[in-house]
Amino acid sequence: MSALAPASARTRTTFVRRNAIWWLALLIVLLLPQLARSGTSIAVLNQMCIMVIFSLSYNMLLGQGGMLSFGHAVYFGLGGYFTIHLMKMASGGGFFMPLPLVPLAGGVAGLLFGLLFGSFSTNRAGTVFAMISLGIGELIAASSLIFVKFSGGEEGITADRTNLTAFFGATFRHELQVYYLIAGWMMLCAWLMYRFSRTPVGRMANAVRDNAERAEFVGYSQKHVRLLSFMGAGFFAGIAGGLFAVNYEIVTEETVNLVSSGVVLLQAYIGGVGFFAGPIVGAVVYTLLQTLLSNYTEIWAFYVGLIFVATVMYAPAGLTGIIMMHLPIYRAGKLRSLALPYLRVGLPALCCAIGVIGLLELLHFLSVRAVGQSIKRLFWVRLDVDQPLAWLVFAALALGGFVAARRMAPQLVSAWDAASRHAFARRER
Amino acid sequence: MLELTVFSLLNGLVYGLLLFMLSSGLTLIFSMMGVLNFAHASLYMLGAYLAYSISLKIGFWPGLVIAPLLVGVVGALIERYGLRHVHRYGHVAELIFTFGVAFLIEESVQLIWGRQNVDYREPAILAFPLFKLWGTDFPAYKAFMLAISIGIFIALLVVLTRSRVGLIIQAAITHPNQVAMLGHNVPLVFTGVFGAGSALAGLAGVIAGPSLGTFPGMAAVLGSIVFVVIVVGGLGSLAGAFVASLLIGMLQTFAVAVDYSLEDLFKAIGITTGQRSALSDLYTVTVAQIGPILPYLLLVLILIFRPTGLLGKREV
Repeated sequence: MSALAPASARTRTTFVRRNAIWWLALLIVLLLPQLARSGTSIAVLNQMCIMVIFSLSYNMLLGQGGMLSFGHAVYFGLGGYFTIHLMKMASGGGFFMPLPLVPLAGGVAGLLFGLLFGSFSTNRAGTVFAMISLGIGELIAASSLIFVKFSGGEEGITADRTNLTAFFGATFRHELQVYYLIAGWMMLCAWLMYRFSRTPVGRMANAVRDNAERAEFVGYSQKHVRLLSFMGAGFFAGIAGGLFAVNYEIVTEETVNLVSSGVVLLQAYIGGVGFFAGPIVGAVVYTLLQTLLSNYTEIWAFYVGLIFVATVMYAPAGLTGIIMMHLPIYRAGKLRSLALPYLRVGLPALCCAIGVIGLLELLHFLSVRAVGQSIKRLFWVRLDVDQPLAWLVFAALALGGFVAARRMAPQLVSAWDAASRHAFARRER
Repeated sequence: MLELTVFSLLNGLVYGLLLFMLSSGLTLIFSMMGVLNFAHASLYMLGAYLAYSISLKIGFWPGLVIAPLLVGVVGALIERYGLRHVHRYGHVAELIFTFGVAFLIEESVQLIWGRQNVDYREPAILAFPLFKLWGTDFPAYKAFMLAISIGIFIALLVVLTRSRVGLIIQAAITHPNQVAMLGHNVPLVFTGVFGAGSALAGLAGVIAGPSLGTFPGMAAVLGSIVFVVIVVGGLGSLAGAFVASLLIGMLQTFAVAVDYSLEDLFKAIGITTGQRSALSDLYTVTVAQIGPILPYLLLVLILIFRPTGLLGKREV
């Protein structure tokens, strides 16, 4: 661009270019329901958007602040409870309260409870913080079963979202309107959280995560920095909870309990906590696994657990990390040199996976089958679990695949090294 | 009242010592490796389920020995092939790893034994009331649990303070490098302690299964309580874990028996409120109803007023 071009035009192009990914995301979010118009797929999309906000808020703690929380669902669930109570009160048009503003109540609740619990739990990060968050999580989860007037006990609290003040004529009877409400909040929250990570407070949160002592020497109280992140995470988790209340019109103890807290950790970690987009990927993948895999197998949660443990052990940067690792090699045009080694490791690994899945499914079938039932349909084949044949085949696949994959692994490693050496040499030149 | 006190004391002691069996292993592992083993309570559950399967095949008594050993082996394998691998990524990754293992154990228990309670019972020889006081039975099985827990407590004390292995373990807690210099295999000690701690958790599961029920949620019921115990007692302090176990055991059993609420207290001093609002639950619930959250309230209070825990030295 020439120096004579008007400055405003230049800033405008950089503005568009710098935010290209956001515009693209907005476009996708707007068009997605047009591609999949069935009721169930919109329900899945709603769930996905809510989980994206929840996971991103969780990553404000774990990825950006270095705080491992086992009780983040507290703010999600409490946000949900406060939102649903507000919906109940405003129902019938008692006062002006359009539905799209309702989740803010959840956000404020999350923020205030974040302040309350954060005030004594953010002194330290690491293991101690994790334990305190677990204790608070249990405290709130157990309380929600005891204080029945507020939480409705095990039945939960229900409300009707269609009875509030109409919002530009929209009464949210139609699913698509609810989707656009939730998706709009998701885009707004994601953008705000991204902006937060770029503010001085967000940068200091990274500094405190990496070396709290040095941050203190620079003059920042590690506690206050953590507390600010903690409150922010509580706020956005509360909004996610509020959207949950809007979407399902019911909030129960399940939103606030430890299982829910565990799920958000799983999502964020599988996606990759080191990247802003990681939790988004994690939430999308988890929701897809949850809805698709559960159609085929009852033990889908076990597979998710396996993926999680494998991520922790072998790919701590998560799915996003794996993708980002390939980026420099792709830019150098060397991705093709990896195809064959990948295939050589991937095929045995696939065999191993099939074997393991087969064994697990057969094992599960043993515990749930009716008396006298011995035929299990698996991989489009009818298998007799009382005969050793199926067991032996799966065991051989699992073991053989594992051994072969390990044998092939060094080839992949050396091909990888060569490709990345090439990529980085090119970059330096 | 006396009847209530005596029985609550006895039950509290049984429960408290059971908690100590879990928290002793957990706190030892924590002070050695700095790892909070999230899967500890899951290993406790695994112990109960394994003992159930063994008791179906060859009876309760072999299960009492074999199941904890199996759980110990599982624990040692987790340490050797999982935790040691993850160690390079730091403590937070280790904690996340044990969380994943806990998740996996819980799911695999449901995968193998189903989602329902299993009918794991005490042996017929112990299924009688030991004595009768004021018309209430005290089951012999509870006395048996008490005896096992006290036996384990004494054994642990003797091993840690009087034996050579115990001395090496104690030294490896504070000065692992020095101990390695002296020619001891410190990683092996770690694996051993992890395995032994897991075996203790498994044993706790074996003896608690028939009394507290054997079901997929049993790890979640006790897991968080055990964490509370080791924080309240003071991180890394074995004596603190003992005191806190008994304290929380008593707290929970006594709370069940106290059927008063704040409202009753207000009435006693002459304040009555006829109002019923969304917050009225706060003063109408009885102490018995809030029993389950008392340990967590205690945790929060301890963290605010005495961050080192009862007997700990490390600041939380």
